[in-house]
Amino acid sequence: MRYLPKSDSERTEMLEACGLSSLNDLIAHLPPEVLQAQALELPPGKSEYEIMDYFRARGDRMANGYASFLGGGVYRHYRPVLADVVVSRSEFLTSYTPYQAEISQGTLMTIFEFQTMICQLTGMEVANASMYDGSTAVPEAALMAARITRRSRILVARGVHPEYRDVLRSSVKHQDLPVVEFGFNLESGEIDLVDLESKLDESVAAVIIQSPNFFGVVENTKAAAALAHQHGALLVSVFTEAVSLGLLEPPTDADIVAGELQSFAISPSYGGPFAGVVATKMAHIRQLPGRIVGQTTDADGKRAFCLTLSTREQHIRREKATSNICTNQALIALMATVFMAIYGKVGLRELAMQNLAKAHYLEDGLERRFSGPFFNEFVLRCGSPEALNEALLGEKIIGGIPLGRYYPELADSMLLCATEMSSREEMDSFKRVCAAQPESLLAKTTA
Amino acid sequence: MVSKVTPHLSQNEPLLFERSSPGKKGYQLPPLDVPSVDPAGALGAGNVRGELKGFPEVSEVETIRHFTRLSTWNYAIDLGLYPLGSCTMKYNPRVNEAAARVEGLAWGHPYQPESLAQGAMEIMAVLERYLAEITGMDAVTLQPAAGAHGEFTGILLMRACLESRGDARSAILVPDSSHGTNPATARMCGYEVVNVKSTSRGLVDMEHFRSLLNPSVAGIMITNPNTLGLFEENISEITRLLHDNGSLVYMDGANMNALAGVSRPGDFGIDVMHLNLHKTFSTPHGGGGPGAGPVAVKRVLEPYLPTPRIVLKDGTYRYDDNLPESIGKVRAFYGNFGVFVRALAYILAHGSDLRNATMDALLNANYLRAGIEPYYDLPYKDRSLHEVVFSDAIQTKLGVKTGDIAKRLIDYGFHPYTTSFPLIVPGAMMIEPTETEGKQELDLFIDAMASIAKEAEENPDLVRNAPHSTRVKRVDEVTAARKPIVRWEAAANDQ
Repeated sequence: MRYLPKSDSERTEMLEACGLSSLNDLIAHLPPEVLQAQALELPPGKSEYEIMDYFRARGDRMANGYASFLGGGVYRHYRPVLADVVVSRSEFLTSYTPYQAEISQGTLMTIFEFQTMICQLTGMEVANASMYDGSTAVPEAALMAARITRRSRILVARGVHPEYRDVLRSSVKHQDLPVVEFGFNLESGEIDLVDLESKLDESVAAVIIQSPNFFGVVENTKAAAALAHQHGALLVSVFTEAVSLGLLEPPTDADIVAGELQSFAISPSYGGPFAGVVATKMAHIRQLPGRIVGQTTDADGKRAFCLTLSTREQHIRREKATSNICTNQALIALMATVFMAIYGKVGLRELAMQNLAKAHYLEDGLERRFSGPFFNEFVLRCGSPEALNEALLGEKIIGGIPLGRYYPELADSMLLCATEMSSREEMDSFKRVCAAQPESLLAKTTA
Repeated sequence: MVSKVTPHLSQNEPLLFERSSPGKKGYQLPPLDVPSVDPAGALGAGNVRGELKGFPEVSEVETIRHFTRLSTWNYAIDLGLYPLGSCTMKYNPRVNEAAARVEGLAWGHPYQPESLAQGAMEIMAVLERYLAEITGMDAVTLQPAAGAHGEFTGILLMRACLESRGDARSAILVPDSSHGTNPATARMCGYEVVNVKSTSRGLVDMEHFRSLLNPSVAGIMITNPNTLGLFEENISEITRLLHDNGSLVYMDGANMNALAGVSRPGDFGIDVMHLNLHKTFSTPHGGGGPGAGPVAVKRVLEPYLPTPRIVLKDGTYRYDDNLPESIGKVRAFYGNFGVFVRALAYILAHGSDLRNATMDALLNANYLRAGIEPYYDLPYKDRSLHEVVFSDAIQTKLGVKTGDIAKRLIDYGFHPYTTSFPLIVPGAMMIEPTETEGKQELDLFIDAMASIAKEAEENPDLVRNAPHSTRVKRVDEVTAARKPIVRWEAAANDQ
């Protein structure tokens, strides 16, 4: 087998050195009842060529050749070639968590750069080295807020990604931290400040909002922060579309920011692996979950980097740790780091401007469900999202996400997204299909 | 004595921010094919940010040099043995990377219609089936993003099952040799942690274990083989006693590389376990992730698995969301799909001969043990499986500790073993070579360990001050924690 580097004669030699005569001697001490009686029922081992063939055949049974207007937490953005070039370097790909600082300075310094750029983007003062993804970053942020405030209730906006809210509920279920939802304004799609205020009291640890929210609407973070702070709660601001931060005012008024970086050169990859992050103010650094890299010096006084504040972590604290998290998403965060370096100060803004322009072109002439400002996603009122999507598929277009499943009151609507990769031609085709629907969807222009 | 490495050229490189200068760029966007939009008009002036202060401005060439230079400051499996105990740092086959980048898979959107996702759904369904076969379990969820996340999911499943019987119970037993994630996980699921002692042989102390059994025990989190690399010989008895007590048995599958094809946890009474695809199934660690922590369960726990589940009906895969007893979602979408592709590619490569990889892993660990034992203290002497734990008991009398020996290994061209874990071995040196090491590399490592033992006697300072050949010397972790500098700032970092 090609991944096993020994010859049979070497095996024999090694067994002798162990004082054994056959490989089976290595397991002779196991209780007989635990030994597997039969060989594994798996197909015979495949060659490299057969393996590629296997996955190419499965890849062909996906959506190759389709235009797509899907967003909702996973976005189609161009991936600069350098992102894969860098993460394919053996030294990044095949190294472990950088516990041995002297031979891990490469990974450590890229994480320090990652943390810095996340702070610059979000207006926070410290970021961790990444989390599993955006959805799992949210409960970590909620628990962090509960530790800081010593309070025991979480208010989460219904405009936060529905799957993130599911993950939040199942993750904090047994930690005495009830989660209560508050609504959105049916006109604007923004958080319902009246509903929020009615649910705020001195038991609330955190108010969680997302901006742009699941409907693509840019939230009034300042107003939400002011309300939360009035009641002594923290504001957690979530983002799923990191490109928006190139153009939108950072959520500086929030106390904790939790987000997903998939937009930064990370393949959609049918939902993962992605990289989440939690960032906050320096005052809360000791409650921040996950790994953190710090700058220090070596024995000669030279600048060096190392993992720091590990006394928060499970391998030291065991059952008293801030979180059980061990693995993070270093390699995926590295893709995002390369992406941020490539686009840089000017490019990220220009990229965001293109997204804004494309989404507004797509929206032009369609009936938008909400009036609040939007970045690259918006909700289309279209009667039957299922019927429209069916018609679009006929033209090799994947339409939007039908919202009825998550929001019964929006069963007549779908979430659409356009990015820099959406061409004018694709968007024009989309509108042609809409116009051909029995009940024309081009409401604004026909009205 | 150092035969593996020679000091080499190591390029200096500043931070991206220090390389930056205004006007440089590494990107070029295509011309916009739609009218541009005024941000203040579309978003409201108050919603538009000012300049992205401090963000880098570097060219493409400088970017690739930057990251390539930094990469050379890392050690990696592709450079040699990486013997971290319980981490299973094995070769990461490159075909797996190519498979994960197949266009339809890499660009698959989790919300694309099921009719256009059959390829990805089949990959997940097949991987679930193969993992169930390897573990001897009945059903698998792929959703958890990493090992600790799998533990969390597994204990949530146990709790849901016990709750449905009317009592979630209050305590989880955790052997004192366990990984730190186990007690942390139990707490996160609302359980009190009760430690189980180990015997002088390093196995669960059966007498102590029996004395802890009572109706408050929800279950145990047991690692088998344990973190000493020893098979829990009473495992069948342990699982039987727990089941008789109405409790459930969780197995931490971090050490599954010792068992695949040899012994199936499902056959020795395990009810629920996680697997680390980034250990046993060869997906790259990537400097600390991504991983994936699928959870395999017996029928009794299947109704509680996270939503959605994949079902095959009339030759078509579908998602089933209608699972009233489910614990809900533990991660958005379906989990780390790209990691699933790599793990399946690995299983397909070995196929029904997966057992051969396991046997080579056991052989390598025992070979290292035999080679190193003359020089170091071996506190637990039962036959090792995939890893072996020595201690620094001999060297510590000379003032040389496990951490020093580990650092000195770096000078010999190796990544250190795991230090100071498991906690039940003072001065632990935990070594796991995996099956993807050849005899030559193992011999070099044995030579290095022997040489360091000699240095500890003759010149302990040489070991105590190691490493000597790296671009940075030992780093000041105390100051890093006391006065955290966790981001670059224009003024503070000039040096």
